Amino acid sequence: MREIEYRDALNEAFDEELARDENVVIMGEEVAQYNGAYKVTKGLWEKWGDKRVVDTPISEAGFIGMGIGASMLGIRPVMELMFWSFHSVAFDQLVNNAACCRYMSGGLINVPIVMRGPANGGTNVGATHSHTPEGLFAAFPGLKVCSPATPADAKGLMKTAIRDNDPVYVMENTTLYGMKAHVPDPADGDFTIPLGKADIKRVGSDISLIAHGASVLRCLEAAKILQNEHGINAEVVDLRSIRPLDQDAIIDSVKKTNKAVLVDESKPFCGVSAQIATLIQEYAFDYLDAPIKRVCTIDAPAIYSPYVEADQLPNAARIVKQVLTIA
Amino acid sequence: MHFFAPDKNFWGGHGIVAGQTPLGLGLGYGLKYKGLKGAALCFMGDGAVNQGAFHESLNIAALFDIPIVYIIENNGYSMGTSQARSSAFKDCLAQRAEGYDIDWDLANGSDLYEVRAKVNIAMERARNESRPTVLEIQTYRYQGHSIADSAHKKYRSPEEIQSYKDNHDPLNLWRQRLIQENLLTEESAKKIDTEGKLEADSAVKFAEESPAPTVESITEDVYWETDNTTEASKIGRYFFND
Repeated sequence: MREIEYRDALNEAFDEELARDENVVIMGEEVAQYNGAYKVTKGLWEKWGDKRVVDTPISEAGFIGMGIGASMLGIRPVMELMFWSFHSVAFDQLVNNAACCRYMSGGLINVPIVMRGPANGGTNVGATHSHTPEGLFAAFPGLKVCSPATPADAKGLMKTAIRDNDPVYVMENTTLYGMKAHVPDPADGDFTIPLGKADIKRVGSDISLIAHGASVLRCLEAAKILQNEHGINAEVVDLRSIRPLDQDAIIDSVKKTNKAVLVDESKPFCGVSAQIATLIQEYAFDYLDAPIKRVCTIDAPAIYSPYVEADQLPNAARIVKQVLTIA
Repeated sequence: MHFFAPDKNFWGGHGIVAGQTPLGLGLGYGLKYKGLKGAALCFMGDGAVNQGAFHESLNIAALFDIPIVYIIENNGYSMGTSQARSSAFKDCLAQRAEGYDIDWDLANGSDLYEVRAKVNIAMERARNESRPTVLEIQTYRYQGHSIADSAHKKYRSPEEIQSYKDNHDPLNLWRQRLIQENLLTEESAKKIDTEGKLEADSAVKFAEESPAPTVESITEDVYWETDNTTEASKIGRYFFND
């Protein structure tokens, strides 16, 4: 079975889509000659040249807006934010132009862009580089947001995002770039994963742990501890896609286990998990044997100190502790 | 503002001041990428030149040799704030292009022929050399920035407005010129005016008599996939209404 790194799975997705569609262009800061700040685009400039893989200046509002404009003419820019945290300097382009152009034009224009880059804490880069804006962008109708937790999901979702005719914002993770796992061999056919489809990463019967991105891996670690030390058989639901959202997978799991802990690297206030909680109370209220609990990032800007940074984020210990309050 | 006609190569009146300047850049980039000879014309008011997005766009336009013409329609006021109170500049706003090694020019908006000639030079530069231009056109507005300040007398005097109407109105000046050149008579000019008013009246009538959108239509035109009920649109939940 072929195992490759998360970053290489993404790289393979770009390479395949560059080959499939001449309108696909990779853009961003240091994506070409430097091979990408996190080497996600390594080798692509050398293979595809200046036209298809474009280094931009540090000018997010400028180049993202340019990509949106180009997408109106049918170009499919796949644009890297070196950190999703830098979204704030291009916010007008990301939420007014990308999200609203179709609406404002009465459906005459569509914006088939992909915005991508890492959105995570846990790497000691400080508050301004550690934002997790998936819930923020999912709150803008017109945008699609996904957050892959594994190399295979990263490749499959990225290829779908590039082919999608709406703007798709893909939240990657610097702590996952080096993660190695199975990704189907390209020789076995075109591999894509639809947006809006969750994945049950661990089947269980006693409690549902619902998460996205790296939090899925924390849930899997917690599930092991719960099984081994407490005899609790947890199910782990990986949302993968935030908007569109696989509501059925969430509700089906909760109906089966009757308990839910939502694990979310966003901050608790109006984070993704807040939306999931409201859906569960609306669609599975009668099936709940306990209040819905959450494990989010502790509600403050990301702390710089490496001594406590890991404790600010959702981790197995915090998840186990929260599960035990209702299990 | 807020109207679109991509079938006529008109890519929108965008509502955020200078938010359209990177979009115009993208249209020029798209033309160049596809190997099409052409130019993007991106319009803005004098108030837009102080936004960061405009300066980022100028830098990229020059750096990437984008075939674009940025046209500053300078009517002297950004909402209620005069140019003197909003913008630092030496001789004119377009001159800021020098900082980005971009050709620039200034045109008298009262003279139709001058505007046409200068726009043409800029468009030729875009088409033939794939280079950007910033062209400032000096003009004026009789009405307010919006309905709210249409008869506002606080930031400019009625005499100033009248002086422009009497001496600088481009339509009146062109009309006089065409009459002097015997290309138009007072009667035929009046006829054009009347026809224009009738066309405008019928457009207003058409708009008022058209059915209002329904509540159901609020969630149309949000996603291409759901509008086209594609297979993808059937996977997962897109809208979160109760």
